[in-house]
Amino acid sequence: MSQRLIFEVGKPGRKGHSLPRCDVPVRGIEEIVPEEYLRSSDPELPQVSEVDAIRHFTALSRLNYGVDNGFYPLGSCTMKYNPKINEDVSRLAGFSGVHPALLDCAVQGCLELLYRTDLLLAEITGMARVSLQPAAGAHGELSGLMIMRANHEQNKEEQRKKIIIPDTAHGTNPASAAMVGYEVIEVKTDSRGNIDPAELRQLMSEEVAGLMLTNPSTLGLFEENIIEVAEIVHDSGGLLYYDGANLNAIMGITRPGDMGFDIVHLNLHKTFSTPHGGGGPGSGPVGVKKELVPFLPTPVIQYRNGQYMRDYEQPLSIGQVKSFYGNFAVVAKAYAYIMSMGAKGLRNVSKTAVLNANYLMNKLKEHFYLPYERTCMHEFVLSGQTQKEKGVSTLDMAKRMMDYGFHPPTVYFPLIVKEAMMFEPTETENREVLDEVAEILIRIAREVEESPELVKGAPYRTPIGRLDEVKAVREPILKWTPPRKNNE
Amino acid sequence: MRTPEGLKYTKEHEWVRMEEDLVYIGITDYAQDSLGDIVFIELPAEGDVLASGQTMGVVESVKAASDIYMPLSGKVKKVNNALLDNPESVNENPYDSWMIAIEPTDASELEALLNQDEYKKLCAKED
Repeated sequence: MSQRLIFEVGKPGRKGHSLPRCDVPVRGIEEIVPEEYLRSSDPELPQVSEVDAIRHFTALSRLNYGVDNGFYPLGSCTMKYNPKINEDVSRLAGFSGVHPALLDCAVQGCLELLYRTDLLLAEITGMARVSLQPAAGAHGELSGLMIMRANHEQNKEEQRKKIIIPDTAHGTNPASAAMVGYEVIEVKTDSRGNIDPAELRQLMSEEVAGLMLTNPSTLGLFEENIIEVAEIVHDSGGLLYYDGANLNAIMGITRPGDMGFDIVHLNLHKTFSTPHGGGGPGSGPVGVKKELVPFLPTPVIQYRNGQYMRDYEQPLSIGQVKSFYGNFAVVAKAYAYIMSMGAKGLRNVSKTAVLNANYLMNKLKEHFYLPYERTCMHEFVLSGQTQKEKGVSTLDMAKRMMDYGFHPPTVYFPLIVKEAMMFEPTETENREVLDEVAEILIRIAREVEESPELVKGAPYRTPIGRLDEVKAVREPILKWTPPRKNNE
Repeated sequence: MRTPEGLKYTKEHEWVRMEEDLVYIGITDYAQDSLGDIVFIELPAEGDVLASGQTMGVVESVKAASDIYMPLSGKVKKVNNALLDNPESVNENPYDSWMIAIEPTDASELEALLNQDEYKKLCAKED
């Protein structure tokens, strides 16, 4: 099925509106707007009727696959179901109808929600305070690293310009570090999936600002030496940064603060069930230990004399990192989630997420190579290297999963596992779904043995078949060009 | 996987060929096979002086972006800019697709690199 662009659907003169005759004097646009800002030709807008527009976008929406359609095991992305009560709460008139420029006294309820969410997230992570401003995970990382840098500068340790990051880290970690001017040093993962403390000890020096760590790592494994790792970093004056991408595995069981982390960022659009990806926007709060609170972005929400207020009087603050106070409606959804789950509920979320991942891993490990044979946390990494020897790649198998109606897992990440497939089923899938997914994957493994060409040509049942990914990267067509321009 | 004789190799999967006074550097067959279809290449500029182990460029495939490291220290004398428009030639002929040629600071650094046998063993271990 080929989907035409809306530009290709219309005909000149078709329109979806019918406006009454203008009953005030008309002034020409050139009288109002300076000539330099006027365009010389009409814009190429689609010319369609209302029903054409509705059918076009409805058809597109039906091609979408989201967590409301089915299983979505994208590892380290925590594509969990987003409870609809979150939407109800964020749409309450007192939240959705306010203007961010209103005075504190007019938005006490909104400020209270921010303040409470700040403290709830601090409690969950073992931090002292949290800023809800950053708009996404990588933005939280950047803010957190700016706090780290501000702390070292305050201590007259400007020479700390290096940051240690494991080879399993998300690509955003080194990117954020580079953005604040840090030099990245990679630390290797050992055969059990941990950081090697001996190697870390060698890398530490007075030039190291800190260590960025995701725990559990992107291998879905808990860092077994975390206490020792924290001591090594702190002993040489460095700080520990916690990438909260995988917090879904440990809520109510352990806390980054208790492991020795100083700075944490979270992804509300992962762990706290707000919409993720195209359904965003996101929210990447950053939390810190008590000593680092003065560096948090302003405004900080405070509760003083029975009033909630936005506090800009923080001389050591790294400043404001987002207009107004971040993506407020997303925070409201996360607050609704935390309050509807409760402390026990969140603990159950993590326990079930870990159970689901282990259940699926154990069903699959006889059929795919499992590089790290350990109890996994909320996600696990398989390798398609056995299948690759038969000429079928992980990409082929991922495409084949789509034929069976499921979203593929994260593939080719983490980089240290060949032909990697990273599955994160999340806590919201029931056993029947996990059984069905396992059955499909085992069937695909059998197809690789019996009819590899079938898998290599997948997908067949999607609206569009196998794309030429190389051509798409090398010669992308990024905008529509009117056909007559081609003839000119 | 091809691992020609007479070349030197690195643990990071670069190959090195001495030709007259210059050392030609590229990435191995193993490297291109693991990366998959290469779509972008970034190389240093002529005249850059880079130390052994420093990043000299980037290869990006549909799967991942990887740094290319200097196998030995030296000054960049020639850059194979033709590769930038035809990155697929690295997939097709990795050993003909040299990326840069350098004038080594200390030619004895070549001795420390892996020979054909050692590199083959390394690849077998990584598989």
